[in-house]
Amino acid sequence: MSDQNNHQKDAGLILRVENLSKSFGGVKAVVSVSFDLYEGQLLGVIGPNGSGKTTLVNLITGFLKPDQGKIVYKGKEINGWAPYRIARIGIARTFQMIRPFAELPSFKNLIIPLYSPRVKALSGGKYGDLDAVAKDYLEEVGFERESAVTYKSAGSLPHGYLKRLELAKCLALRADLIILDELFSGLSIAELASIVPIIEKLISEGKTVIMIEHRLRELFRIADRVVVLNYGSVIAEGIPSEVMERPEVRKAYLGSE
Amino acid sequence: MKQKRKERIDRGIKARSDDVFSLNSFREMLYVAVPPLAPVLLLILLPLVLPSYWQKVLISTCVFALLAMSWDFLVGVGMVSLGQALFFGVGAYIAGVSNKILGLPIWIDLPLATVLGGFICTVLLTPVLRLRGVYFSMVTLVLPLMLERIVEAAGIFGGTEGITGIKAFQNPFVESYVIVFVTLFALFAFRRLVTTDYGLVLKAIKDNDRAVMSVGINIYWMKAQALFIAGCVGSFCGAFLTHVYGFVGMPSFALDYSILPLSSAVVGGMGTFAGSFVGAFILVPLSEALRGIGGLRIVLYSFFLVFFIVALPEGIFHYIQRKYQQFERWVEVDK
Repeated sequence: MSDQNNHQKDAGLILRVENLSKSFGGVKAVVSVSFDLYEGQLLGVIGPNGSGKTTLVNLITGFLKPDQGKIVYKGKEINGWAPYRIARIGIARTFQMIRPFAELPSFKNLIIPLYSPRVKALSGGKYGDLDAVAKDYLEEVGFERESAVTYKSAGSLPHGYLKRLELAKCLALRADLIILDELFSGLSIAELASIVPIIEKLISEGKTVIMIEHRLRELFRIADRVVVLNYGSVIAEGIPSEVMERPEVRKAYLGSE
Repeated sequence: MKQKRKERIDRGIKARSDDVFSLNSFREMLYVAVPPLAPVLLLILLPLVLPSYWQKVLISTCVFALLAMSWDFLVGVGMVSLGQALFFGVGAYIAGVSNKILGLPIWIDLPLATVLGGFICTVLLTPVLRLRGVYFSMVTLVLPLMLERIVEAAGIFGGTEGITGIKAFQNPFVESYVIVFVTLFALFAFRRLVTTDYGLVLKAIKDNDRAVMSVGINIYWMKAQALFIAGCVGSFCGAFLTHVYGFVGMPSFALDYSILPLSSAVVGGMGTFAGSFVGAFILVPLSEALRGIGGLRIVLYSFFLVFFIVALPEGIFHYIQRKYQQFERWVEVDK
């Protein structure tokens, strides 16, 4: 690739991961993983259980410190930063194990991201009436306006609504890069059908999304590119339909299905 | 088969008064107004009617209520402190030193000890903010004992003798009403604070600190702020009692100041501040009243503690609140 070409591509580059490694004791969870991500793309990260997907998310969002390698977000090297600093520059994530602020009503759960310094800065230093803003965001992810579910305590929400609440937290933070850790797991077909358009809308608004997923069929419908991990290393990368055909991917992952 | 089941139903007034105030009788207005007004009236009237010995008991009750509230506040942020004595002792020593050695008047050294004490405690605990659960508790348990030994070993601030001859308040009424007003202020301020957005974030840290961190909030900075608030309240208690006793010494770091507030909050009901208040107003006078019976005092006192915790694990305040807001009835249901 020529230098000029490189430069042009860098223009839309939002995240570059270079040779990222992390091991826990003797276990190598992530082994020199590299990939580039461009603005407005949806990147799927797939791989069998224990292949290092969630560790990768934790490394990018600062919950773990990498042993080696670089993470560059919008030209800034962010490896080793604390999670809250990374969130402030616009990287939001959901958690695989969803633990909402159970005693609070659903809409009050969104007060926490809305209270963050990032949102304060973006809205001109004023907080205003957060309750109203929170309800708007909930409506965006499919909580019917003024329905009881908005006011119910988050601990009593059904699984599908909890996933949406997690997504709403990322929206409320007004993040540019959203990392969804197994958002689709445990959702019914009907629930998926209502949550996929929300993600498609995010992409059309210019957000960049990374999805860690086990539900391949649904992921492949919306993903622009897929990275396949196995034992912590990238074994394949490319557009979904191509990646599925590769023998090593079939062997490592699809073959086991 | 028929079976009996207990049903709890919100009282009609409660269901309405929770959010929308459409009160249409004097009785309904009283229903809403009495709970917050009762402690205010009680505390304002008590110093006028109590004999002087019981006035001193009232003072220490208020002090323990304040310490219990600051403990409850920290628990609400996920920091279980076993060392309210740290806050108490630091405040006590600052007040003693600034009054006796620097010669500052009470009205300056009291606020000074409050703010400076809160600040020093926050700085002392900053290194352990990352610790969670029992590890944090252990450090808070050890710190006051350590400071006590430092005072003893280094012989600073009067060493084992302590500092005596610290100025008292002008008269007993000023003394009583200062602590009464601070207690009432803290009670309502704390209850208000936890319902604000700021308080919500603090509460969320206890629920799930990783989720709070992942939205860009520095939880260590928030925890430090919470420590400062609790530290100020605790330090005020220490500084105040120093002026009441005219003495400050190593006993200011005693375990009593850590344990009694904790049991007050647990017996009264955690997470409400009113519970800490109720708990302190039961336990402290109870312990005074039992003084007459000598050695059995601790046995009886412990018995009461165990009784309350076993019989009413939710806490006295939660129990009263439930009875006030709901009525219960037995209904027959098919099994």
